[in-house]
Amino acid sequence: MAKDYIVQTTSRPGAATAIGQPVDRIDGALKVTGRARYAYEHRLDRAAAFGYILGASIAKGRILEIDTGDAERAPGVILVMTHRNAPSQAAFGPAVTPTVPEVFTRARPVLASERIRYHDEPVALVVAETFEEARGAARLIRLRYASEPGAFDAAAPNAEIYRPERTNAGFPTDSILGDFDRAFAEAPVKLDAVYATPFESHNPMEPHAAIAEWDGDRLTVHTSAQTLANIQAGLANTLRISPQNVRVISPFIGGGFGSKLIVHPETVCAALAARVLGRPVRVALTRQQMFANAGHRPAMKQRIRLGADRDGRLTAIEHEVTSSTSRFEEFTEQSAVPTRALYAAANRRTMHRLVRLDTNRGEWMRAPGEASGLLALECAMDELAEQLGLDPIELRIRNEPERDPERNVAFSSRNLIACMRDGAERFGWRDRPVKPGSRREGRKLIGYGMAAAIRANYLGPGSARVAIDARGQVTVQADMTDIGTGTYTILAQVAAERLGVPLSAVKVELGDSSLPRTAGSGGSWGASSSSTAVHNACLILREQIASAAASHERSPLRGANISEARFEGGKLHLGSRSESLGSLLERIAPDGLMAEGSAARGETYRTYSQHAFGAHFAEVAVDIDTGEPRLRRMLGVFAAGRILNPKTARSQMIGGMIWGVGAALMEETVLDPRHGHFVNRDLAEYHVPVHADVPGVEAVFLPEEDDKGNPLGAKGIGELGNCGSGAAVANAIYNATGVRVRDFPITLDKIFPELPVG
Amino acid sequence: MKPFTYERAAGLREAAAAVAARPGTKFIAGGTNLIDLMKLEIEQPIHLVDINRLPLRLIEETPEGGLRIGAQVPNSDLAADMRVRRRYPLLSQALLSGASAQLRNKASTAGNLLQRTRCPYFYERGMPCNKRDPGSGCSARGGFNRLHAILGASEACIAVHPSDMAVAMTALDARVETIQSDGRTRAFPLGELHRLPGTTPHIETTLAAGEMITAVILPPPPPGRQLYRKVRDRASYAFALVSVAAIVDVAAGRIRSARIAMGGVAPKPWHSAEGERALAGRAAGDEICAAAADAALSGARAEGHAAFKIELARRTLRRTLAEAAQDV
Ligand SMILES: Cc1cc2nc3c(=O)[nH]c(=O)nc-3n(C[C@H](O)[C@H](O)[C@H](O)COP(=O)(O)OP(=O)(O)OC[C@H]3O[C@@H](n4cnc5c(N)ncnc54)[C@H](O)[C@@H]3O)c2cc1C
Ligand code: SF4
Repeated sequence: MAKDYIVQTTSRPGAATAIGQPVDRIDGALKVTGRARYAYEHRLDRAAAFGYILGASIAKGRILEIDTGDAERAPGVILVMTHRNAPSQAAFGPAVTPTVPEVFTRARPVLASERIRYHDEPVALVVAETFEEARGAARLIRLRYASEPGAFDAAAPNAEIYRPERTNAGFPTDSILGDFDRAFAEAPVKLDAVYATPFESHNPMEPHAAIAEWDGDRLTVHTSAQTLANIQAGLANTLRISPQNVRVISPFIGGGFGSKLIVHPETVCAALAARVLGRPVRVALTRQQMFANAGHRPAMKQRIRLGADRDGRLTAIEHEVTSSTSRFEEFTEQSAVPTRALYAAANRRTMHRLVRLDTNRGEWMRAPGEASGLLALECAMDELAEQLGLDPIELRIRNEPERDPERNVAFSSRNLIACMRDGAERFGWRDRPVKPGSRREGRKLIGYGMAAAIRANYLGPGSARVAIDARGQVTVQADMTDIGTGTYTILAQVAAERLGVPLSAVKVELGDSSLPRTAGSGGSWGASSSSTAVHNACLILREQIASAAASHERSPLRGANISEARFEGGKLHLGSRSESLGSLLERIAPDGLMAEGSAARGETYRTYSQHAFGAHFAEVAVDIDTGEPRLRRMLGVFAAGRILNPKTARSQMIGGMIWGVGAALMEETVLDPRHGHFVNRDLAEYHVPVHADVPGVEAVFLPEEDDKGNPLGAKGIGELGNCGSGAAVANAIYNATGVRVRDFPITLDKIFPELPVG
Repeated sequence: MKPFTYERAAGLREAAAAVAARPGTKFIAGGTNLIDLMKLEIEQPIHLVDINRLPLRLIEETPEGGLRIGAQVPNSDLAADMRVRRRYPLLSQALLSGASAQLRNKASTAGNLLQRTRCPYFYERGMPCNKRDPGSGCSARGGFNRLHAILGASEACIAVHPSDMAVAMTALDARVETIQSDGRTRAFPLGELHRLPGTTPHIETTLAAGEMITAVILPPPPPGRQLYRKVRDRASYAFALVSVAAIVDVAAGRIRSARIAMGGVAPKPWHSAEGERALAGRAAGDEICAAAADAALSGARAEGHAAFKIELARRTLRRTLAEAAQDV
């Protein structure tokens, strides 16, 4: 398949390329000139037909009758697919997969039966020559349902609460250390508070979309995915074909936020229809359909109990999470897991419980675990500091653990205190109004807040290929994805530095499942894992080049000692001799050389507690008349290992911090408990921060290298900015107003009734 | 979207006649509201009459000293017009607080007045809604109704009119000018354009079939200080929870006259004569503003989630009036 783009820098030669430099995105020019094609835009040799999904208008029950006659006769329509005529697929299977990884790869059949499991579940796919024809015809389908009562209210008296066997990512459901109940009962200072967080929706800018094309038994899918291997396996398992026969292509992705880790209905629908029709079919979810069909963050109640002595030393910590889940497929966001590693205390307990609802399943949304969990824990710490009359930073310093408090292993690196101190200085924390509600500027109440950030550092096993051709041009290849994060750029930087070539000599090819497999983009492991694989591939390639140079009969460097090899300035230096890679390779390897490297979890993955840390600071202004809460400025200071590219990394942090602002102030997907549908399912009514909501957001990295995680000393950063940032905003609102809102998002109606009139 | 036919109107009268001639025909202006609704098949016109090329884009002085705003003047142009900014600053403020820059470039003056409610159940075809399917019921009652009305609603419908511009125009005592299919024209107060829902929430205006808005006429700027205050869930690009357009004329510490309109609270831009009466002739001060706010909201009622809006509207009105009444 010929590519119509090449991802390679267009910046001037000689620009800084090395790891750690703020290199411009090498895919930037393609994106701003529209040459970077997204899933739905791919052009194939054969014209793709347009599919449109019709969703169920009930949330639970059965289809009694489905009349597709009018739709089939509508202009341009070539196929109407329902459960009655869809090709057979593998069964969905049990609510909990036997192993953790299978949740990513399990069969996800669509249009498979007359059962409706959630509102807006696909009941038909209409395929036509144009999108408008398909959509128009979809509305001509007449359905009769037998609706059944469902569970849509997690707080209902008859709610089905249960204890899952494990949380997301395979963590234990509960953890217990010491005797929480006794320690809490005996603690002279106590906090016991419940925080509620709502359903939230990922809402990446690019909707979920796919174009499927069959060539005999082989399926090629252009889609928008974070992890190609999961899509490949999910499709293969659903369609009961070999994964070798599924190729997934996803070079450019307009954001994912965790909603593009697994196969979703549009991709399965496209594959089924393309098979039936023998021609390519494209299907996208509409924005409205994304709310029910492409994951969400579950709604939760989190109870935090903290017991401390009068000096503010924690003796007891409890974090109990009750979260919504789906009846047909379990998802347990690990919101209490960060609490297991953040603060010292001898007696501790964390728990996760679920409530079955008749909705679709929650998915991994923007720092699952930390984003929701720290919203509760870091507000609770603020409340405790207030009770103790301690500065919130001081309280955290007094509870800094020396080792991971539950696993009892050392931290690979932990610079939380440095982040808080540095941030306090830069932010001007000493000007914080000590008494809540005491600072006023005109009609605004001003407050400062802070919170700690912690984010587990994962490594996703995978590999990468690096090739060099006879002209010295380097190509990096992996099935890795760049979801807007800067992966293309940092991989080019790693290869350029390790092979001593200019950035302009490196081309990066990603987003094709026929390339070496990686763990994709998710869990913030993308950059460190894939760059480790590229680093290792480069080391092997260097060996190959050096030994060929020292031994090849046509090599000018023949006989040199390869232990002295240096790759610099586009040349191989062996002892006192050197030769440009281009002319060298032309002689010793006219077909070029190639190496594959991999990244795997080493022993240190178990023997160290690995996390990235940070501290968030926020200043807010709350209107005294209306309670409108608005951010004024925000600072995040992070210690997250070696920063491969400060420019792309800063974008990541700022983006994450802004999501925290969204979670604190506005994001909420409303579930109507009568109908079981998400009410505000578009971007006019589902609010995310707009520019006017996020003035002055700044991120700073403290120098840190962590040699335990990977050879580059990097840690995952993607989601770190979203960990704790919401709590900093919430704490600032309390500081501004003296009103503590524990029910997120903190909208004005929850504040103004407590503010003075006049 | 249902298939439809399309024509570009040849003239004002022809446009009105074309719409009147066939039920299911609609005018299309900027399309920022109509097309969204057509995609979801909330609106299902069979024929569209495009009025974008009609000569309705001028903002002209009237002999009385006011402005005549053509129906097709884009919201962004109207907000930026120097005469509007100098003489009717609250109109400019209201426009700029609405939607986004891109939408305002497309949105027309008449289209803005006639935009439909953002009630989420109105958008959900599978659910009962008296406005969309008369007689089917109202899903917002007993549902998620945080954004709904506290004034002027009925058993049948509690939706609000979402426009900001119309609220400012109501405070400015604007008139609407129309042309009918037979070529007759008329002009009437903006307050008479929208109907309250009563038992027929699907009938939203007093316009006859095919009647086309040609202009909005602003009387000469009223004396006093003009303010538009919009309260919303985020700093920009959000519909009003409550908005207030206030014009207060104070001389020697006494309020000579006041104009008050509210948005986000009622099925139409809400003119509050009660609030105005409470202010007229009284000594300016916070107390009287509070009394006027109480008077303006004396008939307010809410069910469910919108209850907070009554107090929010009262506080916002009180504060905005107090600011407008400040001697400058
Ligand atoms: C995401 C989003 C956010 C928004 N936020 C706001 C906001 O904060 N505040 C706000 O006030 N508005 C807001 N709007 C609404 C926006 O102002 C309206 O969509 C716009 O003003 C409609 O104008 P238009 O010209 O596009 O109308 P169209 O969509 O073309 O038409 C709307 C209606 O008016 C009729 N019509 C148009 N012209 C005439 C005429 N001359 N005579 C008779 N009938 C006519 C049409 O038939 C149609 O029924 C928002 C819209 C969107 C999509
Ligand atoms: S409030 Fe009006 S628009 Fe909304 S559901 Fe009820 S009838 Fe329909």
